[in-house]
Amino acid sequence: MTEKILMKGNEAMSAAAVKAGCKFYAGYPITPQNEVTQYLSRELPKVGSVFIQAESELAAINMVFGASSTGARAMTSSSSPGISLKQEGISYIAAAELPCVIVNVMRGGPGLGNIMGSQGDYFQATKGGGHGDYRLIVLAPSSVQETYNLTIMAFDLADKYRNPVMILTDGVLAQMAEAIELKEPPSHHNLPRKDWALTGCKGRKPNVIKTLHLYPADALEKVNIMLDRKYKKIEDELQKCEKINCDDADIVVIAYGLPSRIGKSAIKKARLDGIKAGLLRPITLWPFPKKEIQEISKKCKKFLVVEMSNGQMIEDVKLALYENGNEIDISFLGRGGGWYPKPEEVLNKIKEVIGNGKQ
Amino acid sequence: MENNKENKEATLRQVKMHYCPGCGHTIAHRIVADVIDELGIREKTIGSAPVGCAVLLYDYFNCDIIECPHGRIPAVATGIKRTNPDKIIFVYGGDGDLLSIGMAETIHAANRGENFTVIFINNAIYGMTGGQMAPTTLIGQKTITTQDGRDADTTGMPIRICEMLATLGKPAYIERVAVNDAQNIARAKSAIKKAFKNQIEGKGFSFVEVLSMCPTNWKLSIKDACRFVNNEMAGYFPLGKFRDID
Repeated sequence: MTEKILMKGNEAMSAAAVKAGCKFYAGYPITPQNEVTQYLSRELPKVGSVFIQAESELAAINMVFGASSTGARAMTSSSSPGISLKQEGISYIAAAELPCVIVNVMRGGPGLGNIMGSQGDYFQATKGGGHGDYRLIVLAPSSVQETYNLTIMAFDLADKYRNPVMILTDGVLAQMAEAIELKEPPSHHNLPRKDWALTGCKGRKPNVIKTLHLYPADALEKVNIMLDRKYKKIEDELQKCEKINCDDADIVVIAYGLPSRIGKSAIKKARLDGIKAGLLRPITLWPFPKKEIQEISKKCKKFLVVEMSNGQMIEDVKLALYENGNEIDISFLGRGGGWYPKPEEVLNKIKEVIGNGKQ
Repeated sequence: MENNKENKEATLRQVKMHYCPGCGHTIAHRIVADVIDELGIREKTIGSAPVGCAVLLYDYFNCDIIECPHGRIPAVATGIKRTNPDKIIFVYGGDGDLLSIGMAETIHAANRGENFTVIFINNAIYGMTGGQMAPTTLIGQKTITTQDGRDADTTGMPIRICEMLATLGKPAYIERVAVNDAQNIARAKSAIKKAFKNQIEGKGFSFVEVLSMCPTNWKLSIKDACRFVNNEMAGYFPLGKFRDID
């Protein structure tokens, strides 16, 4: 076994970026993700990679756009208000089908909000925060080790699908420290060659990276059809989740990130009280793991969605479960602004939901 | 020509351009392309295109090109150059792009001393969107958003970027040129060549402002537009060198 070391979530994703061969990082200070720039400004130059403290989030995401256009593995990170500023660049990167990793350490919003952990940016991350029809692959870790693992995976997924990948975590997960193993990343030999990259046109026709498609009149429509085809393929191939005690469950808690850990404690306590409770934890928020949720709903008819927001992911749960016209009871516990649930609160809600319906 | 080898291909493609008659972009394109050919760097050049009339740069330049979000060219170019220090990167952008929405990116790239070449086209107007006031529109100049002429009291003064950048410590080379007559075109070419040579030699940020004609949106004949550059623009935006570390 590899040695374990104590790291914050922010440091774990930074260490993962270095291990994954990130060649370029640009970012701008914002709490609660500042350990990322602190770590990478120190460590990236040691391995011959580039760190830039950009003049703004706009500049940072566009530096990543430029670095990625040359085939370099590139990353930026920020927290909610800063991620809003990056949306224009994210839309361009998605449109140009360039790989990159974007970390959002969510804090309370809207507006300047606060610096507590939050999950208020789910819609922005999964529905396309910028303009136009595009999708990000969105990964949601629930521990420091998983933050490390998913960041490494994010670079591979970005290269594989030529698509930006977002790590969606929160101020609590990013600030808390846990003992983790810095596992070596898998080899990259299965990833496609970057023959689209701007490297100078020696020995080939010039490469152009652009997102304007004016002529012929259906040029942009064709781009959108091609992108949609890619997104459908990702939806088909990439839905990931963790399931705990779902097989015999009468009620399944659905939560990602921090609330999933609290949910885990709550379902254990519920089992001790004789309630058959399970937990489904989405790991990919886009694509949303609706196949597994639909599968569970064949037996289980009660779901409790727990989020550190006023209720955003619950819309995807409803879309997944109402797709077949099922009669499913979907309840919600959560609010935004830096609140997080205590295990007892989740447990009480589980009891309330179980007590409400037909047994 | 068919019998030319790959590395002898010209940088400027032999295609019809979409620019209006008398537009300064055509001349600036020709100068940049000729300089790339003369320095023999086409195959290691990556150009970054603006939003504006020159957005279709990749239709005219036979080299790798990225089309950037409006105002962000110096940031995109920073990402390219830092990961590819052996490649030659040029930024090509207008006054709306580099001085209005992208002023922060322009100043900070200059202040970091990024080792790339900026060709800044100043035609004192937004061309592609139909002739609105630019940060470089002259006082009294009529545009569709300053229909009685630009008023300094409500819109401020035209920005002299070369003078501003010259207050920074890191830029290697800053010069303002014009493309309105043969003599100025020759000077513009030697400035742009120097700006590329500086990059090859690793000297750092090199910035050439090109006073350029927009007869269509200025609502002037081509001849009068060329005169406007001399008589009106060059008075407020003096031609010459503002920084040269050599």
